[in-house]
Amino acid sequence: MSAEAGKLTLLCDVKTDGSFLVHHFLSFYLKANCKVCFVALIQSFSHYNIVGQKLGVNLTMARERGQLVFLEGLKSSVDVFFQAQKEPHPLQFLREANAGNLQPLYEFVREALKPVNNGEAAWRCPVLLVDDLSVLLSLGMGVVAVLDFIHYCRVAVCWELKGNMVVLVHDSDDAEDEENDILLNGLSHQSHLILRAEGLATGFCRDVHGQLRILWRRPSQPTAQRDRSLTYQYKIQDKSVSFFAKGMSPAVL
Amino acid sequence: MLDLLAVGGLVLLRDSVEWEGRSLLKALIKKSALCGEQVHILSCEVSEEEFREGFDSDVNNRLVYYDLFRDPLNWSKTGEAFPGGPLGALRAICKRTDSGPVTIALDSLSWLLLHLPCTMLCQTLHALSRQDVCPGDSSPVRQVRVLGLLHEELHGPGPMAALSSLAQTEVTLSCTMGQASAHIHCQRPRQRPTHQTQLFSILPDFSLDLQEGPPPESQPHLDPHTPPVDPMAHLTFNLRLSNKEREAKDSLTLPFQFSSEKNSRLYCTLGQVRLPVTSSMSQMLMMTWTKKTQMTT
Repeated sequence: MSAEAGKLTLLCDVKTDGSFLVHHFLSFYLKANCKVCFVALIQSFSHYNIVGQKLGVNLTMARERGQLVFLEGLKSSVDVFFQAQKEPHPLQFLREANAGNLQPLYEFVREALKPVNNGEAAWRCPVLLVDDLSVLLSLGMGVVAVLDFIHYCRVAVCWELKGNMVVLVHDSDDAEDEENDILLNGLSHQSHLILRAEGLATGFCRDVHGQLRILWRRPSQPTAQRDRSLTYQYKIQDKSVSFFAKGMSPAVL
Repeated sequence: MLDLLAVGGLVLLRDSVEWEGRSLLKALIKKSALCGEQVHILSCEVSEEEFREGFDSDVNNRLVYYDLFRDPLNWSKTGEAFPGGPLGALRAICKRTDSGPVTIALDSLSWLLLHLPCTMLCQTLHALSRQDVCPGDSSPVRQVRVLGLLHEELHGPGPMAALSSLAQTEVTLSCTMGQASAHIHCQRPRQRPTHQTQLFSILPDFSLDLQEGPPPESQPHLDPHTPPVDPMAHLTFNLRLSNKEREAKDSLTLPFQFSSEKNSRLYCTLGQVRLPVTSSMSQMLMMTWTKKTQMTT
């Protein structure tokens, strides 16, 4: 997959775990020598580092050399309550009684990906990675506030800095979570590429872990004939993911 | 579909994740601009560069752009934000003084609906789309057309119905026979609502290519917002009848239907006395008693 600039890629999963896509994009952009800001709200740094090492990247070294800016949500959320903050903390909304907006988090992202000219190695296009946005709704943020945060990140990262964004949102499917549905659909309309990992309708399978639906949106030029959607099935292995056409798993052929 | 540009008022372009509507919006904008109209664009979701991409200079020169994309909520505090935010931008469009036919494009109404109260937005849209009425003014009536892009998955039935009530035309984008199609529902004053489906494609220069579509539907949709539901779908039993079954059903005589044959069977014989059919048991008993009395006397 080529890294086009100024694009928003939406990852979503329904009835399965789509985090393998997050790990893929994290290692992909680090290997591509991009400056990455990773807002990790779900897992610890060590978790992503362990998986990253299987995919050939060392997050510790990337962070030390300034290529990776890592916001560890699990750890930072404790700092919000137990450490005095001179400036608004990126997760400041956790302290506020009324869920406001995510401007502090946006300021953090903007500062992290701001180009610096102090003799450091020049990185390629900046990338913002968020895992995941649905948890912000669970933490009390309104859906419009989350959409506004992504809007401003798109302005800063995609439009101003010509970088890319990759965000993960879970699809609540049967749970009828209205706010999550609005978030998912709202981001879908803003996205250039949607990767949707779905569990198999027939249930769990040892050799086919799910299917991935790829939907291209917002082509720069409208075309009459264009492949808009593709669907593959996949199997997650220890250090890679294998894709194949539906029904063409090597295990069943 | 080009008739959309012939009338004023609010035109809702309802799109979905599967079938985006911005390309059609840009195609209609291009058409209006090439007709010599001034086109005002309130853009909330994409940058000005991205929106103007694909338009040639003839079109771009006629676009008046209101940028709500860069800093809609004034987070940057650089003074670049539109004064008054989204509502200020809408009011600025209302106050424009250009004459002649005008097209106002809102990209998107969904963004505005998420950030403004629905009632306020509807009032502003009503004011925008009704600016062709100039009471007390002897100048020719200006035609104002408002094109609003609406992502229908983002809103509940209440706001959608409110916007539909304001719109003269609703265009719902979907797919028909593998081709992009527009289901157009027109509701003009003092006219019957019309409904048509038009296949189309948008060329790389945002020209609109209309194609031969499916035959006009014989019955207009009563509610264009909800797709027709087949009640026969997903049933575990068969509701339909074969011809043979239908004939047997039609020829069946129901027990509560009286026929001459049944009437004759209902007559009972009491000592060679035939009693007529009565509508109530009491009448029957009275007649029996009367007969018995007559026989004993």
